[in-house]
Amino acid sequence: MSHEAHEHDDHDHGDHDHDHAHDHGGKHSHPSLVIEDEAGNIEGQIMIDALQNLLVARNLLAHQEVTQEIEKLESPGVHQGAKIVARAWTDPAFKQRLLANGKSAAAELDIKVGEAQLVVVENTPDTHNLITCTLCSCYPRSILGQPPSWYISKAYRARAVREPRAVLAEFGMSLPDDVELVVHDSNADMRYLVLPERPEGAETWSEDKLAELVTRDCMIGVSKALPAQS
Amino acid sequence: MRGRFKVGDRVTVLELNKAGHIRTPFYVRHKTGVVVQDCGLFLNPEDLAVGITSGPVVKLYRVQFQQRDLWPDYKGAPQDTLCIEIYDHWLEAARTTARKSAPKPASKKKPATRKKNEPRSARA
Repeated sequence: MSHEAHEHDDHDHGDHDHDHAHDHGGKHSHPSLVIEDEAGNIEGQIMIDALQNLLVARNLLAHQEVTQEIEKLESPGVHQGAKIVARAWTDPAFKQRLLANGKSAAAELDIKVGEAQLVVVENTPDTHNLITCTLCSCYPRSILGQPPSWYISKAYRARAVREPRAVLAEFGMSLPDDVELVVHDSNADMRYLVLPERPEGAETWSEDKLAELVTRDCMIGVSKALPAQS
Repeated sequence: MRGRFKVGDRVTVLELNKAGHIRTPFYVRHKTGVVVQDCGLFLNPEDLAVGITSGPVVKLYRVQFQQRDLWPDYKGAPQDTLCIEIYDHWLEAARTTARKSAPKPASKKKPATRKKNEPRSARA
């Protein structure tokens, strides 16, 4: 299986939505298999391939099932998150419901949030939100797809909580000193979506057109939504 | 089970010295913050990781900290904060009084001098 690290479930109740880099400690301590292997996670890959071959040889698994599962994991895309954001920009009542309960509001748009709960945090002129998962790579995969590699990197995960403004600066965002920066560590059962500020100059835009301004990065909080250009 | 804390309560993260699949990172242990959300009940990941899927369930809270409290040399703006999810058994009521600039949701900060529930550690 070429997909990274979905070899066991834990607190995610089978949602397969993070990779496993944390230290399990204790007696069965083992090195982290995934993550941070820009050079290629050779050992983990060998083990997973061997396991898959064994399962196939014993007729417990077919290769197509693996492929289908990978496809299922990789099919959600950023457009679903963008659709949620664009609706929130154009429909204040929806926005309130979204901030109160992200999962049920998303369901109104026929978007199924597979994770336990979705917490939506709103950027305003006074507050900027940034998402990370210091322990692994929890991410709202069912609405944003797979996370970018930098989100999984140890450097981002450590620095996003330790020196978040420096991280934002490297993404090209210099946050004014009077803005409150709220970092959300997605360490357990919640998943997070940033509701970015609506770009100026897009007041008359349709929901579909607005959705084109909503990037993956602005929903993680490392950038703003794209500027409106007609 | 009923949660011991409510939104606005000041809480301190415990050091339970547990091994295993722990979702409480070291950087918040011994730190004091404010409960900003009661997330409901969840199966304890510490149990799930070792195949115990029958519970008991535990309360999960979102707790907000001042960055300056987490990192004494924090270089960002003084009002910056961090929110993280902490399971009930990793928390105790804060013993110290609120600092001046507590996070916003702590609208009603009472000096939490309530008798401290001694942490019943590891309920697993």
